[in-house]
Amino acid sequence: MSNFFLYLGMGLFTLVLFCLYRGVFGPGVLNRIAGICAIGTKTLVILLLMGFIYNRVEMFIDISMVYALLNFIGTITVAKYLEIRGEV
Amino acid sequence: MDIQLMASIPFLLGGFFFFLAATVGLLRFPDFFCRLHATGKGDTLAVLLSLIGLSIYEGFSFTSLKIIFIAVFMFLAQPTSTHAISRAALRCGLEPWTKESGERR
Repeated sequence: MSNFFLYLGMGLFTLVLFCLYRGVFGPGVLNRIAGICAIGTKTLVILLLMGFIYNRVEMFIDISMVYALLNFIGTITVAKYLEIRGEV
Repeated sequence: MDIQLMASIPFLLGGFFFFLAATVGLLRFPDFFCRLHATGKGDTLAVLLSLIGLSIYEGFSFTSLKIIFIAVFMFLAQPTSTHAISRAALRCGLEPWTKESGERR
């Protein structure tokens, strides 16, 4: 039962590592932001899967909700900053 | 193996497939706008499918209502952030990639 969630989380972790390549080596600031945003959405699902593996969903769901909000606000903030500054 | 896990496995596998497609697009596409096109749409659908599958597995409770709330929030927030970051890139003067310009950025 919980093994399926474990394997799914491991697969998502592999995808996070591939996205981290774009986050570290991506040319320019904007590619790095795109990579980090993709990592944030994957982390949200991984946190929920961790909650199902440990049988503590009602605790991990709040962490996941806060992570979604922080990811959204961070991306919006960086986009607004770049737009005001006017150059990459 | 109970019926809830059987019902949630197709949603979770579909979500993983769209995460995989979004990651391949993020790594392989030639331009920033193309990469944002891949991750913006692929990740939205993948998060939606994964959270629907997890809420089916959880059953009918307050926790699954919270999971549905996160899904609705991501369904609104992900296109908004994608639009904001692509508009910032366009206002900063980043040229979209064409076949004639050639170089990969």
